[in-house]
Amino acid sequence: MTGLLWAIAAVPAAVGTLLCVLGRRADRVAPAVGAGTAALVLALSIAVAAGRPATGAPFLPGAPFGLGVDALAAVVLPTVAAVTLLVLVFSAGDVRGARARFTGLVLLFAAAVVVTVTATSLLSLLFGWEVMGATSYALIGFRWQQGHRVGAGLTAFLTTRTADLGLYLAAGAALAGGSGLALADLPGLPAPWRDVATAGVLVAALGKAAQLPFSGWLSAAMQGPGPVSALLHSAAMVAMGGYLLLRTQPLLAATGWAGPVAAWAGALTALLLGAVAIAQRDLKQLLAASTAAQLGFVVLGAGVGAVAGGTAHLIAHAATKALLFLAAGAWLTALGTKQLPALRGAARRWPLVGVCAGIGALALAGVVPLSLWATKDAVLAGARAQSLPLYLVGLAAAALSAGYAGKVLWLVWRQLPADADAGYDTEEPGTRRVGVLQQVPLVVLAAGAAVLGLLALPPVGGTLRRALGDAGPTPSAAELAGSAVLALVVLALAGRTWPALPGRAPAGWLGLARITEVLVTAPVLRAAELLARFDDRVLARAVAGTGRVVRAAGLLARFDDRVLARGVTGAGRSSLRLAWAAGRTDLAGPDRLVRSLAAGTRRLGALARRTQTGQLHQYYVQAAVVLAAAVALLLAAR
Amino acid sequence: MLSSTVFLPLLAAALLAVLPVPDRVARIGWVGVTVADLALVVALVARYRTPAGGGLAFEERVRWIPSVGSSYHVGVDGLSLPLVALTAVVFCACSVYGWREDRRPRQLAALFLALQTTCLGLFVAQDLIVFFLFFDLSIVGMYAAIAGWGHGRDAGRSALQFFLYTFLGSLALLLGFIGLYLAADPHTFDLPELVAAAPLAGHPVAGGFVLAALLVGLAVKTPTIPFHTWLPPAHTDASAIGSAVLAAVLLKMGTYGFVRIAMPALPDAWRAFSWVVVAVGIASVLYGALVALAQTDLKRMIAYTSINHMGYVVLAVGAAGLSGSGTAARELAVTGAVTQMVSHGLVTGALFLLAGVLHDRTGSYAMRDFGGLAGTAPRWSGLFAVAAFASLGIPAFSGFVAEFQIFAGSIGATAWAALALPGILLTAALLLRALQQLVAGSAGPRSVGFGDVRAAEWLPVAGLLVLSLAVGVLPWLLLDLIAPASSAVVELVSR
Repeated sequence: MTGLLWAIAAVPAAVGTLLCVLGRRADRVAPAVGAGTAALVLALSIAVAAGRPATGAPFLPGAPFGLGVDALAAVVLPTVAAVTLLVLVFSAGDVRGARARFTGLVLLFAAAVVVTVTATSLLSLLFGWEVMGATSYALIGFRWQQGHRVGAGLTAFLTTRTADLGLYLAAGAALAGGSGLALADLPGLPAPWRDVATAGVLVAALGKAAQLPFSGWLSAAMQGPGPVSALLHSAAMVAMGGYLLLRTQPLLAATGWAGPVAAWAGALTALLLGAVAIAQRDLKQLLAASTAAQLGFVVLGAGVGAVAGGTAHLIAHAATKALLFLAAGAWLTALGTKQLPALRGAARRWPLVGVCAGIGALALAGVVPLSLWATKDAVLAGARAQSLPLYLVGLAAAALSAGYAGKVLWLVWRQLPADADAGYDTEEPGTRRVGVLQQVPLVVLAAGAAVLGLLALPPVGGTLRRALGDAGPTPSAAELAGSAVLALVVLALAGRTWPALPGRAPAGWLGLARITEVLVTAPVLRAAELLARFDDRVLARAVAGTGRVVRAAGLLARFDDRVLARGVTGAGRSSLRLAWAAGRTDLAGPDRLVRSLAAGTRRLGALARRTQTGQLHQYYVQAAVVLAAAVALLLAAR
Repeated sequence: MLSSTVFLPLLAAALLAVLPVPDRVARIGWVGVTVADLALVVALVARYRTPAGGGLAFEERVRWIPSVGSSYHVGVDGLSLPLVALTAVVFCACSVYGWREDRRPRQLAALFLALQTTCLGLFVAQDLIVFFLFFDLSIVGMYAAIAGWGHGRDAGRSALQFFLYTFLGSLALLLGFIGLYLAADPHTFDLPELVAAAPLAGHPVAGGFVLAALLVGLAVKTPTIPFHTWLPPAHTDASAIGSAVLAAVLLKMGTYGFVRIAMPALPDAWRAFSWVVVAVGIASVLYGALVALAQTDLKRMIAYTSINHMGYVVLAVGAAGLSGSGTAARELAVTGAVTQMVSHGLVTGALFLLAGVLHDRTGSYAMRDFGGLAGTAPRWSGLFAVAAFASLGIPAFSGFVAEFQIFAGSIGATAWAALALPGILLTAALLLRALQQLVAGSAGPRSVGFGDVRAAEWLPVAGLLVLSLAVGVLPWLLLDLIAPASSAVVELVSR
């Protein structure tokens, strides 16, 4: 059984990677392989939903990669798998060109969702969470030839990544607080760390679920192909934001402030984005705003503790919104437009598509007995128990959802106008046909949209509540009846007033894109520019300026040449002159003295020779003189 | 066996330098020797068992300069073995990529093989003089690679700046080593002995000065801000394989020095100054990412992301020195730091090799002149997209494993580390913006006639990215090596 759990994640990941790597060569087999893999995933998910395995693998020291299927995952996992399969079947008939890359990315996405849904630790959660974001980027920018689509993918990725920083923060807080990274251990963290972790998880979930203030990215994400919007941006990826809050509801409850914050964030999003949806002229933009609004209900449910109601709403919404997005995709492919004014009467051209879309719109409006009626009331019951203002806001949001759903319903079911062709083929050339592969998933999803309300009603609802441990209040019969009446009234009003309802503000999604541009993007880019200039002009030049030490070396070299070296050579020359002077003095002085001494001695010698005359009588005289001198000396010396 | 792994490339380099073999033989020899060396390293990893008591495996010690207490002492443990493996892998990838180099291939092969020995030798060195020797020789080798095989008018100038700046840093490092030597009693340059003795333990002032010298030297090499200005020009003007080796291997020498020398040998000083290190790390993360965001030249942009990624490592090793927090978080931080070293080496090496293809085809790295490469060069675009996502830290690649550990560990040690979180957001923005400019939209002027990657180009890139994927999906293969060593380091720094 644990092997099956690994297989659910590993098989689509491996097949998806293979398809992406093979690229164009696998284009022919890709749709079949993709659908087959998705069917396998669906079968396995039903098996593990029954078996409820839990497992882990070593990943980081002290932080295993934990996966496990509990009651919550057991209902959500087959839902996501089923929607994936249906979307892949639809896109087999819809997506042309680079089918292998498309199918591969969708399968990779499916693997990431499986990991996210079954994650039992922050590590595995973050793993699946980020890969979902990356595949979402690649799928939104699927038609890369149009740069603005890739840019939209970038906006979506960066917005969700900003929110994902919260999960990194939560992981750090969990470690700082001494608990492991297991999601179940988070409520047990000591006080300051628990708040940090909760804040991180909350921000990440709100970002992924496109709640305010992060809703802008969902508008940009509509640049992706229709099936991508149906899977990622209605049923799977954005829903994971709500799913995370449903899973960590004990953590939200343990900190006193997180539940009300989440509840109000969800309620306000539902209200404001419901208003945004009514004002849209583009069908996909309307559905996107509606997705954010409906997920607001799920977040509201998590905030007030209505986990069963929130889960049921998530599942029912997945079926409903996927249906509507696929229908929008079918009309875009067939008629070449997704502008609401041009889609007047489109439901009548292909009745099956029209009926399914109609069921989806009615379910979205909350018409009894379709799915979103009961599930919404299950959430609102929990809100009413918490606070009356919250309940009223929720009720107003429900009314708005009936409004925009009604807008779609009445529009596509009007009589075909005579000049319908004028509005077609504005965005791409339409094929004027809807294939079987495109219609079958619509039927299945319509059935789901109709029937899944049972998840919130007894007896199935009771089983779900017990399995999820939800002991909150259930909606009373009066509430159920009241919301049904409200929905019908608003629906009727929408039919009456649609022709007079122009697409004015807040058609721009509350100016979120502009606000983000002004508050975040432009300052960051400006800071980057300034720092780069500082780095080039100041830092780099300062370092290069230390090269001015070379100039000092030049000064030293000149000093060395002109002063020191010349000093040495000058010393050499003067010592030479000294030597010459010494030589001359030597010649002039001592030498002369010695020579004169020698000359004197020679004269003395010559003088001494003169006594040798050779005459005897002179010798006698010399002897007598010397004798007399000697006697005189002797007498004087005594 | 360790020494033969280290010196085999040098032997081949000497042969290639001396014997006038034809170019083809030189290329084959280059690839063959790097593959053989890689096989030796794989054998080392397979036979590696965590040594008991924080010791070393495959230890070798030979008398060398006994009068200064320096011996040829080499050995590996959990910190150095992954980097040895990274070095072998990156040089092997570069030898395959260098198959297409036409300018003096024999001399290039000899140079890179010699450079490989210096890099391997540094990571296995267990003696400070041996460490310093290989540190400086690697600077010389890299200078030759940039000056001799770089491109652009300023290649010589960038190479000279690189050489002088990092050489000056290495002198500061030498000053620190001498400080450690003099403080030890008996005087020795042997690293395990110095670590065991912690000679400056009771001397805060002297320890502070020695640590400052070490930090300056290593900070220039890492590089952290404000010592990073040599990196962008060096990368812009180097050839593809020169940049790959510079980013993947040489930058790791700085951060490796932190965990190998500075932290274990100077625990008191490290703990006292860990806040400075943390601050420098956070500043490098944010500064590097912001300046990279403003770049229009692809190689310069990747160079600044290196500053950002190394900033995470510096943050983590700084946080590991913060006393007053549990050891689990700090060990995770150090493990994350070493993992980031390996991951950055693999991924940024791949990015630089891919950037080299741009220059090879068109002579330019200016991103706005391209566009629509997904049509003209789909395989290049696919590889670049994967490398960009791996670099920004998407799970299933090694970057996520590293960054998650770094953040979980650092934030677990100090809440201030959360200031570095915007770094991963900015990196995502800049890399995906570059991807969009290069790959999406209509074909720009330089994209027309852009030949797709050839075997010699995509094989090494794919190999590096597959290894990153392996570490990302099966991280325990790497972390089982690193974790015991990182707990030993944390223990040493906490005493």
